Amino acid sequence: MVALQKPASPGLAVHIEGLSHAFHLDGEPLPVLDNVSLDVAPGEFVALLGPSGCGKSTLLRLVAGLEPADRGTLEGDGDAITGPDPSRVVVFQDPTLYPWRRVWDNVAVGLQAQGLLKTQRGRVDAALAKVHLSEFARAWPRQLSGGMAQRVALARALVNEPRLLILDEPLGKLDSLTRIAMQKELIELWQRQGYTALLVTHDVEEALLLANRIIVFSERPARVKSEIQVERPYPRRRDDPYLVELRTRILASLGLADA
Amino acid sequence: MSSVELTRAGPPVALERPRIGWRSAAAVLAWLAAALVTRLYPDATRHWPLTEGLANLELALAVVIGALALVAPRAPRLARRLRHLAPWLVALALLLGAWELLTAKLGVLPVPFFAPPQALLNVYLSDWPRLLDSLWHSAVLLGFGVGLGALFGFIAGVSIGWSASIGYWLHPVLRILGPVPSTALLPLCFFLFPSSWSASVFLIALATWFPVTVLTWSGVASVDKAYYDVARTLGAKPSFLIFRVAIPAALPHVFVGLFMGLGASFSTLVVAEMMGVKSGIGWYLQWAQGWAAYANMYAALLVMALACSGLISALFLVRDRLLAWQKGAVKW
Repeated sequence: MVALQKPASPGLAVHIEGLSHAFHLDGEPLPVLDNVSLDVAPGEFVALLGPSGCGKSTLLRLVAGLEPADRGTLEGDGDAITGPDPSRVVVFQDPTLYPWRRVWDNVAVGLQAQGLLKTQRGRVDAALAKVHLSEFARAWPRQLSGGMAQRVALARALVNEPRLLILDEPLGKLDSLTRIAMQKELIELWQRQGYTALLVTHDVEEALLLANRIIVFSERPARVKSEIQVERPYPRRRDDPYLVELRTRILASLGLADA
Repeated sequence: MSSVELTRAGPPVALERPRIGWRSAAAVLAWLAAALVTRLYPDATRHWPLTEGLANLELALAVVIGALALVAPRAPRLARRLRHLAPWLVALALLLGAWELLTAKLGVLPVPFFAPPQALLNVYLSDWPRLLDSLWHSAVLLGFGVGLGALFGFIAGVSIGWSASIGYWLHPVLRILGPVPSTALLPLCFFLFPSSWSASVFLIALATWFPVTVLTWSGVASVDKAYYDVARTLGAKPSFLIFRVAIPAALPHVFVGLFMGLGASFSTLVVAEMMGVKSGIGWYLQWAQGWAAYANMYAALLVMALACSGLISALFLVRDRLLAWQKGAVKW
């Protein structure tokens, strides 16, 4: 008998069905996700768009396994997601680097936590090289600019060779020039590594530049409102008429037709 | 062009050199003056032994400062330190001179209660074995007390901050027992414990334990929850979250608690030694006062001041080493 092998693709297949979740504020349930169903193919880049506070970030926390869902199915490659796992890594809006660790040691956290650091130190150097920060290995986090800190956070995620990279508005707090540069880096890394990517963003243009598919959510409690395939090769240009047209359609579906 | 640069570069150097010299010269002169007053002005009420010794010591200091000032122009680091210290060196010489004048020379301050500097010198020369022995006993007592208090405070603080059920039991104990000045428990503890020494260790530990616990707890409780989320998604187990996330993040708070605890431990130590323990600096102070040996008391006080400030400085050094990542951040 041949043992059943996991699929060879580096990307994780995500299956979400009938997912509902509520917060409890002073004992009152506050529904944030309402019967969300979504399938993400291995290696796909999916962007989640929606009004502020609609529950997109909660969806990411559930997929990451940081919280159990109230109701519904949540699977990665057919296995139920019951807790966090280094194969599904989150990059948050704030870099949340540990200020008491140098850049190198911040990137090494995942390997150290899994007990792999002693034998695989080279992976830390490689991850730092991927985000072009090798010279800053010995720096303290407080010495980095916002964009550099976020790239360190990205390296800290990538060093685990995740099969699903969860990006919770990772570029939200960066200035526009840094953001454009990092959008390019995100695409290059994703193309090179082949992981599945789930991106929450407020920025329609960013979603159009990065994603294969855009899911538009309703106001809280979040439901899937519409899905848009973005069939354009990378690298994309932001003045591409096809993308400009899609942008108008998405803004209309968000109720911002004149923007 | 080069001449312009030369004149522009010239003045600061030319200004700086004599300034080093002036400050050091003032210090040398001040110590020389102190030595001369001590040596030449006649003692008022009686002749104090070691007056010449004190004068020689002051003279020696003047010579050392003068020698350092001569070497300084060739050693920039020494020059900077000397320039920084020189005003204090002058002030110390003036203070010592004034002390000497008011006590031994003019007799303005009543004699048995105010001892001149040479009397202290005499104590150090004649009674040093007993002083050293007292210092050693105090150090051992303080070491055990502070060590145990800090250790248990740290463990209790992390536990309360981490686990709600441990917090449920420890929190009321902390609220009731913590704010009580540990010296108030002294009579009770001398009665309950088998020896006054073990009672004192307990009380010093208690005085240290409270601030360390409270601040460690608040440090652990105020750790950004996102730090835990990040570590958990990277595969961290609970032990990693405690030892590699919560504790390093709480360390700045822990050090505030250690400083407060160390301060509280000093007063508990001295009171405990005055009340029951038959050795140590506190006991020496009490003993000297009982025999109206005020010079011994001042001598012991000076030793204690230096020892306590030395311990605080040592803790600062440890903190600066462990919290080097904070450098440039707000410090208190």
